[in-house]
Amino acid sequence: MADIFTAAFWNQYGALLWKEFIHTMVMTGVSTFFAYLIGLPLGVLLVLTADHGIRPHRILNQVVGWIINVGRSLPFIILMISIMDFTKLVVGTKIGVKGAIVPLVVSAAPFIARMVETSLAEVDAGVIEAAQSMGASTFQIVRKVYLPEAKPSLILGGSISVITILAYTAIAGAVGAGGLGDLAIRYGYNRRVASMLLVTIVILVLLVQIIQSVFSRLSTSIDKRLK
Amino acid sequence: MSDPIIQVRHLTKVFGEGESAVHALDDISLDVHPGEIYGIIGLSGAGKSTLVRCLNLLERPTSGSVLVDGKEMTKLSDKELRLARRNVTMIFQSFNLLMQRTCLKNICFPMELSGVPKAKAEQRARELLEIVGLSDKAEAYPAQLSGGQKQRIAIARALATDPKVLLCDEATSALDPTTTASILSLLKDLNQKLGVTVVVITHQMSVIEEICTKVAILDGGSIAEEGEVTDIFSNPKTDAARRLVYPGGVSENLLSSSSRTIRVAFNGGTAYQPLIASLAIDCGVKVNILGADTRNIDGKAFGSMLLGLPEDENEAAKALSYIRSQPYVTAEEVDHHG
Repeated sequence: MADIFTAAFWNQYGALLWKEFIHTMVMTGVSTFFAYLIGLPLGVLLVLTADHGIRPHRILNQVVGWIINVGRSLPFIILMISIMDFTKLVVGTKIGVKGAIVPLVVSAAPFIARMVETSLAEVDAGVIEAAQSMGASTFQIVRKVYLPEAKPSLILGGSISVITILAYTAIAGAVGAGGLGDLAIRYGYNRRVASMLLVTIVILVLLVQIIQSVFSRLSTSIDKRLK
Repeated sequence: MSDPIIQVRHLTKVFGEGESAVHALDDISLDVHPGEIYGIIGLSGAGKSTLVRCLNLLERPTSGSVLVDGKEMTKLSDKELRLARRNVTMIFQSFNLLMQRTCLKNICFPMELSGVPKAKAEQRARELLEIVGLSDKAEAYPAQLSGGQKQRIAIARALATDPKVLLCDEATSALDPTTTASILSLLKDLNQKLGVTVVVITHQMSVIEEICTKVAILDGGSIAEEGEVTDIFSNPKTDAARRLVYPGGVSENLLSSSSRTIRVAFNGGTAYQPLIASLAIDCGVKVNILGADTRNIDGKAFGSMLLGLPEDENEAAKALSYIRSQPYVTAEEVDHHG
């Protein structure tokens, strides 16, 4: 594996690694964005419609909760192959970066909904009651109380979401999505290029470390509860 | 007398259904008049918090009517209710400030909700900061404040929409006695200067004594006694009232064994122990301590004592006038035979 220090290795694989690294970043970034677009409102809905929420609605809460649980109970790889026709309908292809984004979003959105639910549930019920006592509407409470007060926690949850999606992209690589996971499987496993496996592992480890520390620092720096 | 600003009639609140139903409030009727500081006192579980939440419909009454400033609160639509709540604002035991906003922005919050332009809201918020004595804390966050300061910000926030009624739900229960006294005097001040009607929910008799003009004693979900504070203190008629007015551990037997009884309240004077001793030395009068519930906090006396006066009329009168001449001490005769 010492060849990772040789120019020959990088001449041969450097461009490929860079290309797939970019693919991984695009898949992770775009999927996270769309997953939050769906998951955030769902999480808010769960909190509002809970028994002790400000808009209790047991049936709606249970239906949404059930759908989320179904989404979360399928392992990503099973979900990915079982919704391939839907994927093709949405983005026109079942494979590649585009083909991976659809199942990534479908799989991550319910996960994010639960993360958001947990973060919002941490907001002091007394503060919500105070806002109600001042005549705040449901929409105002969400926009001006729940989301801003839960922001540090939502950001920490964000790091967990992004890292989970990053891990999923590697799994997606197994079914022809491209990205670093794809490289690890095709070169590292199928062709026994051990160095390739090592390099992708190192990149993924570094990525996770960076994402985590950036999000943690951001969360701490904006949290006004800490003096 | 002017029309009541709050008129509650036959208010009932039941939580749950069937066998597990809990009757939190049972047939409550009361009137609060404009400009009053009205106290609602009761032990925990008496239904005080539920009652105050029925006044701004944070809890919807099971039956009965709640008339606030001429509006039947129970019949308002959601939107009308949100507007009405700007007129009946609230402060809380745990302050409930927005932790991610500065003090200034916390005070702006209710004005933001009602669409007041930002510059105007900030100007008003600065005025309110001045009123509560925290002008220098505009850019501070709640986590940087003490409990008393947090409650001052909460009071400023509650006043931002110029309410006619301010509801205080155990507003001083999380504060130490000195801070409690300063918050109570602020409330009294605001009541006098702004004319805002104040409803105070508390389990502390000292709070009622300090600022309230009228008091309702809540016991087991219904009003045991209601009236002028001085009347209730001097002549509590019901068991619930006696439990609150008399210091703990005073039995009926002990009370009736003495001819005249007075209740002495200590509101932060230098100390209470020398009072009885100096009474004996200066006046030569011996009094009987029937019960006492006093605390010495930072060298200041808080609480109350029940004293049996001597049989002799002259001696009793001498003792009473001596006690009444002490600073931070109030004394009222108690008619326990009534």
